[in-house]
Amino acid sequence: MTTATQPQPALHDTSREPVVIFDHVTIDFDGKPVLNDISFRVHRGENRIILGPAGVGKSVLLKLANGLLKPDSGKITLFGNDIVHMKQRDLFSLRASVGTVFQEGALFDSLTVRDNVGYRLAEEHIPEEEIERRVSEALRFVELEHTLDKFPSELSGGMRRRVAIARAIVTNPDLLLYDSPTGGLDPITSTTIIELVLKQRDAYHTTSLLVTHRLQDAFMLATHRYSHECKCIEPLPKGETEPNTTFLVLHEGKIVFDGSTHDLVHSKDPFIREYLR
Amino acid sequence: MQKTGTMPIASLDTAAKRWVLSVQEYALLTGRALVNIFRRPFYWSDIVMQADLIGIGSLPIVILTGFFTGGVLALNSASTLAQFGATAVTGQLVSLAMVKELGPVLTSLMVSGRNASGMASELGSMVVTEQIDAMRALGTDPLKKLVMPRIVSTIVMLFFLSIVSDAVGILGGAFVSAAMLGQNSSQYFHTAYQSLVFSDVLEGLMKPIAFGFIISTIGCFFGMNTHGGTQGVGRSTTQAVVYASIIIIATDFFITQVFITAFGR
Repeated sequence: MTTATQPQPALHDTSREPVVIFDHVTIDFDGKPVLNDISFRVHRGENRIILGPAGVGKSVLLKLANGLLKPDSGKITLFGNDIVHMKQRDLFSLRASVGTVFQEGALFDSLTVRDNVGYRLAEEHIPEEEIERRVSEALRFVELEHTLDKFPSELSGGMRRRVAIARAIVTNPDLLLYDSPTGGLDPITSTTIIELVLKQRDAYHTTSLLVTHRLQDAFMLATHRYSHECKCIEPLPKGETEPNTTFLVLHEGKIVFDGSTHDLVHSKDPFIREYLR
Repeated sequence: MQKTGTMPIASLDTAAKRWVLSVQEYALLTGRALVNIFRRPFYWSDIVMQADLIGIGSLPIVILTGFFTGGVLALNSASTLAQFGATAVTGQLVSLAMVKELGPVLTSLMVSGRNASGMASELGSMVVTEQIDAMRALGTDPLKKLVMPRIVSTIVMLFFLSIVSDAVGILGGAFVSAAMLGQNSSQYFHTAYQSLVFSDVLEGLMKPIAFGFIISTIGCFFGMNTHGGTQGVGRSTTQAVVYASIIIIATDFFITQVFITAFGR
């Protein structure tokens, strides 16, 4: 007998406090510092884009944000809960409110697209019909409804990334973590993926943290929006930027910039000026 | 001079620390996976699937190995026993050797080669392609979903596979004794049955439980601790089979010693 259970709510009332708080977080690997004294906040509805050269610790930061890694020092708060000192069992429940898109998609290669997207729902013992409906809805969002019975190995790199997005959004999470969703893709496919991220942001207003080293992706997110009228992506009027999209720039394990698009492009920091060039 | 003198000590120190850390991680993984047996959700379908893969999938190699081992035991022992005019006890020798030692040990080594490597490569591939991280991010404990079913099904299936191996080995011995050496088959089965006592059967049934635990935990441990891409997967697979085989043989020695001390045979 199965019992239908709903996704676990965040453990505290978090309506007013930031969704994610990093407080002086430091992590080393084999004695080498990767992230050093990182502090920032992500507020509800905010879309944080984490920029930085390859190997600077962007993906590590994302894994710290949903408790996949533990920092050596500092405090990380997710939906008001201190996840550094949280029990693994509670962390698994808390992650029901977080959707993660991994660098290469990380789809389960022995499961079909249907089972991949509906994995979390099946784990929650949601009735089959409900799973079918929500999986179809999520796949329609990424325009891959026809791939239900295919295996990940039968899909292209871009399609796998889109299925990964469908898997992340199927539970309507309160926070989305995108780890280089366009990494290794051609420019046209990258644009398709970024359009999906934009659509998700503007249609559902989900708080998100997006890691990328592609400036064109970051600026497209800052200067475009999803129009509900034409159901298409359109540029914002000249000079305007998406107010909820903010930037965090990492360099040598430290945050060298934390602010808006306007502040980023007008930054006098030599590294940022060089990076943006 | 001083530098060359301290280098080996430093590397020994690092190696010892790494080894202790590995043992600690192995104990933690095993402990957590075992605790998960008593926690919900219980992945029945995964246990059944693994039991099918490990048990039914290993059946042909276990039957073949068991049959020919029993046969070769009969061949060798009959030629030696003939020198003393004692070929009548061939059945006793084959059954004791199969039930106490060769059945459990050979079955475990076969299953180790097939399944410890399978577990290490499957879990290792999942680690390097971030599927394990994805599973954790989706709110599922991989130790519960992947490791616990493999441990439970390996222990249960190895227990039955060893019984199959014992039976087929005794049959193989009977076939060789009767068809090739011209011995009396009923005498063979009579001595084979009469020679076994409770402690022999108990020893033969306890060993596969311990070996099943070793195979599954070692396979899962190396799989879950895979580093370094596809090369790392290959390394984990090899290490899993090597370590599992060595630990099985070493454990066999200690279990046998315990039984000899406890039951006198």
